[in-house]
Amino acid sequence: MGKKQTMRGVFINGVLNENPVFRLVLGVCPILAATTSATNGLGMGVAATFVLLGSNIVISLLRNFIPAKVRIPAYIVVISTFVTVVQMLIQAFVPSLYDALGIFIPLIVVNCIILARAEAFAGKNSVLHSAADGLGMGLGFTLALILIGMVREIIGNGSVFGLDILGPTFQPMLIAIMAPGGFILFGLILGIVNSIVSKIAKRSAGKGVKA
Amino acid sequence: MNLRMSAGPHFVARESTQTLMLDVLIALIPTTAAGVYLFGLRAAWVLAVSVISAVLAEFVWQKLARKPVRVNDLSAAVTGLILGLNMPAEVPLWLPAIGSIIAILLVKQLFGGIGQNFMNPAMLARGIMLVSWPAQMTVYTLPMRVLGSTSVVPSPDAVSAATALIRPSAYNPYDLLVGNIPGTVGEVCKLAIIIGFLYMLFVGTISWHIPVTFVGSVALLSWILGSDPWMAILSGGVLFGAVFMATDYVTNPLLKVGHIIFGIGCGIIVVVIRKFGGYPEGVTFAILLMNTVTPLIDRWTKRRVYGTVKKHG
Repeated sequence: MGKKQTMRGVFINGVLNENPVFRLVLGVCPILAATTSATNGLGMGVAATFVLLGSNIVISLLRNFIPAKVRIPAYIVVISTFVTVVQMLIQAFVPSLYDALGIFIPLIVVNCIILARAEAFAGKNSVLHSAADGLGMGLGFTLALILIGMVREIIGNGSVFGLDILGPTFQPMLIAIMAPGGFILFGLILGIVNSIVSKIAKRSAGKGVKA
Repeated sequence: MNLRMSAGPHFVARESTQTLMLDVLIALIPTTAAGVYLFGLRAAWVLAVSVISAVLAEFVWQKLARKPVRVNDLSAAVTGLILGLNMPAEVPLWLPAIGSIIAILLVKQLFGGIGQNFMNPAMLARGIMLVSWPAQMTVYTLPMRVLGSTSVVPSPDAVSAATALIRPSAYNPYDLLVGNIPGTVGEVCKLAIIIGFLYMLFVGTISWHIPVTFVGSVALLSWILGSDPWMAILSGGVLFGAVFMATDYVTNPLLKVGHIIFGIGCGIIVVVIRKFGGYPEGVTFAILLMNTVTPLIDRWTKRRVYGTVKKHG
């Protein structure tokens, strides 16, 4: 972090420029497992955002007290505390989502995005900036999961958020909601999103030269 | 004088992608004819839709991606025809269309077009369709017409039946050989497949290594595990897969040793899936799995370059 970033910049950075799914390609395991439907993607995204926000704030608060040598175990303890909270909340209030996501809720502990943000950002920046970073990264993660979940749900089940949109004559392509379809569609969406982003970047760079 | 300088070798071979693919198409004629005769006009529609959509998909992609249009090399037509022959005659016609588009766009063009795909396009498309639409892809029917006199009663009304693999003993060896059995359009008539195999062997399109080791290991392993080896070969898709799909140049090893490993590996996986797996037939998945280990086989069987010293010599 050479120059001072604004909080708005940090937040938007997480959603767009350094989107954890499409730009950093972190946390592929939950991306594949939790996007069998748009609802599951949303649930996983919100849970991860909550953990990310909480752990970023706490780790940023403790950043001057954690010895550098044991920082990773310390981060993991903080993160797993928040994951346990989230797991209990989901189990208590949204049992259907709890059943759908299963093992992948406790596995948020080892989600690369959360540990990466703790290590790369929260351990070095102020509390407010870390909170903005956690929210931005979480929102970027959630939006990406919803996008992938929607595509997989439409192709594999003919519905969006559980609402049947393609009618009874549509023959769903089951592989889209299975693991191999997850890999294939994630790869395709990743490629499409990045080609669009690079095209936009090229266009804005061209404008900059003219002006 | 206009002399053109170029690097050697300066031999011009008769073979091109186009002539090789043409030979494969010629070798597929008996199988196609037998399938259309046995399953009627419906089979012809399935084949037509799959070939036309494969060629169209290739053409449209190459136009849109501003690449040289290479539809004339016939490889898309071969992919489409093999895919159509891999489907039962009673599939709804949107299935061969979607299958061909998956084969050409997803498996072949996205990896860089001809020669760059790491799996056989027709095979992976069939695998994806089998997993996605299991009901439609396994509606096997008895043939509408039969070849020769036989105990099998032909049924013009498309009576659905289980694949002959479930109970091969219900059919006598003659029916299994000429194809008076339920199955996909291309796999049933073993005689036609063997004619195509001999043709490709004769003109040198393929070598015997993969088909013979593939079919041989299926027979041997089935016999060891206590089933009739002839039934194991003649009732399912082993012959068709071994002759026309395992021999795809792009997705199998470079050397003869590699071919033999490839064929035996396919055979073992087929028998394991048939005996212990959830699907009645495993040819598709066997070939796909061996496609993915092809680079490894190439590495194991790499020849020492002449003039270099052995590492542990």
